[in-house]
Formats: sequence, C-alpha cells, structure tokens
Amino acid sequence: MAQATTDRPSLSSQLPDKTLTKWLYDMQLIREFETRTAQAYQQAKIGGFCHIYTGQEACAVGTIACLDAKDPVITAYRDHGHALARGMDPKACMAEMFGKLPGCAKGKGGSMHMFDKPNHLYGGHGIVGAQTPLGAGLAFADRYRWEVLGKGSKQVSLCYLGDGALNQGAFHEAQNLAGLLNLPVIYIVENNGYSMGTSIERGTTMADQLTLKAKGYGIKGIEIDGMSIMDVYDAFKPLVDECRDLQRPGFVDLKTYRYQGHSMSDPQKYRTKEEVEDAKERDSIANLASHLMQERGCLSEDDWKAMQKEIRDIVKESVDFAEAAEAPSVEEELYSDVFIHPLPNLSPSGAYTHGSKNPLL
Amino acid sequence: MTTLTHPALDKPYTYPDFDKPLPPREGDRVIQFREALREAMSEEMRRDERVFLMGEEVANYNGAYKVSQGMLDEFGDKRIIDTPISENGFAGMGIAAAMGGLRPIVEFMSWSFSLVAADQILNNAPKMLYMSGAQWGCPIVFRGNNGAGGQLGSTHSWCVEGLYANVPGVKIVIPSNPYDAKGLLKTAILDPDPVFFLESERMLGDKAHVPEEEYYIPFGKARLAREGSDVTLVSFGRPVHFCVEAAEKLAGDEGIEADVLDMRTIRPLDIDAIVESVKKTNRIVVVDQCWPFASIASEVCTQVMERAFDWLDAAPVRVNTADVPTPYAKGLEAAYLPNTERIAAAVTKLAGAR
Repeated sequence: MAQATTDRPSLSSQLPDKTLTKWLYDMQLIREFETRTAQAYQQAKIGGFCHIYTGQEACAVGTIACLDAKDPVITAYRDHGHALARGMDPKACMAEMFGKLPGCAKGKGGSMHMFDKPNHLYGGHGIVGAQTPLGAGLAFADRYRWEVLGKGSKQVSLCYLGDGALNQGAFHEAQNLAGLLNLPVIYIVENNGYSMGTSIERGTTMADQLTLKAKGYGIKGIEIDGMSIMDVYDAFKPLVDECRDLQRPGFVDLKTYRYQGHSMSDPQKYRTKEEVEDAKERDSIANLASHLMQERGCLSEDDWKAMQKEIRDIVKESVDFAEAAEAPSVEEELYSDVFIHPLPNLSPSGAYTHGSKNPLL
Repeated sequence: MTTLTHPALDKPYTYPDFDKPLPPREGDRVIQFREALREAMSEEMRRDERVFLMGEEVANYNGAYKVSQGMLDEFGDKRIIDTPISENGFAGMGIAAAMGGLRPIVEFMSWSFSLVAADQILNNAPKMLYMSGAQWGCPIVFRGNNGAGGQLGSTHSWCVEGLYANVPGVKIVIPSNPYDAKGLLKTAILDPDPVFFLESERMLGDKAHVPEEEYYIPFGKARLAREGSDVTLVSFGRPVHFCVEAAEKLAGDEGIEADVLDMRTIRPLDIDAIVESVKKTNRIVVVDQCWPFASIASEVCTQVMERAFDWLDAAPVRVNTADVPTPYAKGLEAAYLPNTERIAAAVTKLAGAR
C-alpha cells in the first residue's frame, strides 16, 4: 500500500476543500448512476452485457483527478465510471445503454463501448485485454506528435484493465512494447479480486506481487489501496508526473472491490455475503464523506444530503432522457459509419453512407 | 486531389480524384515489385510526416523481404520502427496511433502471422468508427505477403482474404503487378479507412515498368488484362498471371478467347466490370487462391448469378486451391494451387457446357 511520508503532509491534504468535495460528487454520481443502470437493466430497458462499477468509484475518480484534460484514457467494458469521471454527460451515457441516438455512440456501441472524443476517452473495449495494445498506441501517437511532428506537449495515457486481463497475451505484448519503446502509458489494474467468478489466486500466478510482473517488462509498478481516494491520489499523482516527464510507462496494482456481480447476470456463488459486507465497511464514498465532514469540517450533514439529492435528480433525469430519446433509425444508421470514405460495391447487401453527427462532437 | 472532412478525423483528408488518365503501363523504367511498394511508401512519407512504417525487421534489417530497404536511412528510426515478434501488440499499437491522428503502415512479414493479431485487426480496426458512433476512425494500412510462398507448409501459406473479406469495415487490395502495386498502395495510404494490402512473396521480384511520376489507382476498378469474347476469367493477385497464360494457351490450342479481369481490390469488388464482361461472353470462371468454401470465388459467383443470371449459358465455375491444408511436398503444393493447367481445363470444360 502507498505509505504517506510522515515528515510532510500528503498531496491530497494540500488540495482545497472544493477539489475533494468534487471527488465526492463524482463518486456519488457514479454510484447513483450505476444503481439506476442496474434497475433499468432489470426492467429490460438496457440489453446485452452490463457491468456495474459500484464499489470501484475511487479508482476512476482518483486516477483521472491526476491527469491533464488532454491525456488519453482507454478502458475495458466496465466503463461507465470512467466515462462519468472523465466528464461524459450522464444523459449520453445512459442513452447509449438504452440504445438511443443521443447516446455517446448513437446507440451503436452499448454499455461496453463508451467513447467520448471531447473528453479524450478512447473507449470502453469489450474483449478482455484488447485495449492494452491500444493504450500503448495512444502513448506512441502522443510522443510521435511532439517528437516527429513538433506539435503538442508531453502527455501520459491511462489504460485500465481488470485483474482478469492480467493473463491475456495482448497485455504481455503491450507491456513489452511499452517497456521496450519507453511509451508513456500507465497500466492500471483495477484489481477487484475476481475475473468473473474466478478469484485472482485461482487464475494468476504471483497474485500478491503483481508489480514484480511489470518489473519483468522494465516497468515501474506500485500498489495502491483503491478503496481510499486520498491514497489513490497521493500515490498515483507522482507516478503520472514521473511518467509524463520521463516519458516512460508505469503499472499500478489498484486494489479494489466490486459490490455487484461481474455482470448483471451473475449469481455470485463464488464469494460469501460476509466478504462483500466487509468490503463495504471500507466504502470509499462513505470514507471520503466522513473525512470531509469530520476531519476537514468542510461539509455538513445537510450539505451531503443535498448533494445526494441533487445527484439523484440528475441521474433520474438521465434515465428519463434516455427513455424518451429517439432510437437510431434503420434507414439512417444501420448502414452508416462503417467507412469514413465509402465507395460503391463495398458490400453486396447495401450502400454505406454517412450517419448523423455524433451528439458529443 | 480533393480535400474532404469527416467528424471522426481531426484534420481534413485528401483523396485522389482519379480524373487524369493513368501514365502508360509500358516503358523502360523496369523495377521490381518490392521497389514499387517502397516507392509508394516513400513518396507518401515524404508528403505526410504522419505516415510511418512499423513491423518486424523493417528498419535495421532493411526488411525481411527488402521491401523497406534504405527507408531507415532516409526517414530515421522515429518513422521506420522495428518491432519485436508481437503481432497482436504492434497491430493494436498501430490502430490506436491511427485513432490518435497518425497514418500508420503496419507490415506483417506474412499475413499468415496476422492470425495472432486477429482480434486487433478484425475487431478493433474495422469496427472503431461504428462502435464509437463515428467519433474515431482508423486510417491504417496493414500490408505483407499473402498466399503460398513456396513449400512453406500449412501454417505459413495463408490466403487471408477468404476469412477477412467477410468482415465489414475494411478495404482489401490484392495487386498482381508492380505498376498496380505502386498506384494502389499510394491510394491505400491516403484512404482514411483500414486497408488490408495483400502482396505475394512469389511476386516481390517480378519486374515491370513503373512510372517515376506519382499516380493513384482507384479502388473498385478492375483492369482488363486480356480481351476476348468467349469466356470471362476473373482473378486477383498472383493467379491473374496464370489466367493470362491459360488464356493464351486456350487461344492457340482451341481458339477460345478469354476476357481476363484483374480485380485489383476485392472490397470494393468491381462487379460492374464482371457483369459487363459476362454479358459479352455468357460464361465465367473465377480463379481464387483461397479455399473454395465461402471464398471470394463463391462471392463473385453469387453476385454474378444475382446480377446476370439470364446472361449465363452455363453455371459459373470456381477454380480454388484444393480444400486441404497447404502441403509441403513440391508436387502436392503445385497441384494444390490454382495453376495454368487447371484453369485451362476448367475453361475447356465450360466452353463445351450448355
């Protein structure tokens, strides 16, 4: 775990109250959003696979808090939290899951494919580990831009993965390339202990020493307690700064816990109720709220209640919006956005066209 | 050149208008196929700094097949980039670099090796535009050797187009000669969509006149390699040469005159040119290096029957590779591949069919 040095105050303690209050807001927004997402899924308003982020809020909010606005972010399929933390409008996120045209991917992506270009979110990606070579490529592109094209400045890319992706070949290839080419990408393993129903010990060697694996690729790795957003910030911010300045990769074993099943269809027979309850005792949102109320004294019980109410309303609004929104029309959207430059005779079954403009652009 | 815009691209893109006639195919500037490919890449890299080449042995080794010979010296190691043997990794890196605004050319030493990168090249590159709701496209060229090299055995002799052409979102180019290779690769590099560019190890040393000037060949426009009125022979890539040889033999031996169409690209597929020829000849043989089941040949035959059924005097015929893993033994491999004799025999049989 990250150790706060005793001789000087931690980085997070030097941040203004409003920054930490915003973290609380963002985390609670994800929590409430996911509660409503699960409800809508149970009501069959959301289809397909749907992976809920509840419990892991400090991971996305804490790490993204360390970034510059233009730093690229890419993640896997449990992606609603990253989308909201990066600044996606909850309406666009919810509408996407409802398969509606104002969704972030016009209803063509779904829960696992949250893309937000203005906020530099390069997608949620559905195949386990497939986003990890892409993370290396985003870092490559950034460095190429300032090294070869002489444009832009040093950036760092964040590439999230679950602990289930640790054993995908793609991730090992990506780490080797990142280490070899010194690419400024940080691989963040949101280690919630389970790849679907398989605990990390049952699927991964050296599960308690993951940073050693990164070391094998020449990548500096650290462990962070992902249930404490202050710990996340304190440990992760220096790593981001270092990887940006020195243009080299990083690795984080970010220990967290998901309160819900792997996906909405998971009966969770592989873990005990007690284990889940124990994790909830360490809940990141409750901890931050109590820190702000008791230690910082910058948030009253009423403020917190008002914030929760405001968020409830915003999320409810996003559900109402998604429900009422227009579905993509078959005529305009089925055969559009397959090619940037469509040509005749690309398909025997239809002519490709350009679709309507993405609502986020 | 026309300048166009698309919301998924940060900058406008230029695309050739193809409005001026192509330079003559005949001349005395005779170079190898591999040099034509190199000229195409080098010209486009000089024009656009966003274009770079990445792959195994492309830089220090000067290319496993010497396609990129000398490019490291000209462009430096920031733009000619050696990768480890890690196709899934570097294919994915290229895809994200394309999303990030660059114009990568990713070389597979062999398309056979692209199978380990299948997730990246089939899931990510062709679907990024669609699944991001048109926020990001993927302007990238994947290129390398395709098809049987010469006794390379079962795993190294893949013709991937039969598999990959099934996936919407890619453009697939299969040149048969140096002249087309240069013009088509230059178009591929300018094209803002993912392009799979399939070369052949067996043709890299082929020599022909290649103009020094810059020219672009449009996708979806077949070349009439030989003109005849009795039968239509359709092919792409290396077997085009076998078709021309077979056609000459048939003309001499049996007085059968064949139209030979070199498709150049299979997605898009110039079905209009095929139908036009079939309306003249009323007979078609499709020659394809892939296995027969659900192959490009199957697709061409289907489209011909959909579009020109009433013009056919006989059922379309396919000449594919034998439907077995690629054998090693020389005689077996020769019998496995489409060759002049098999093509001529198929045409003779078809000419007699009613």
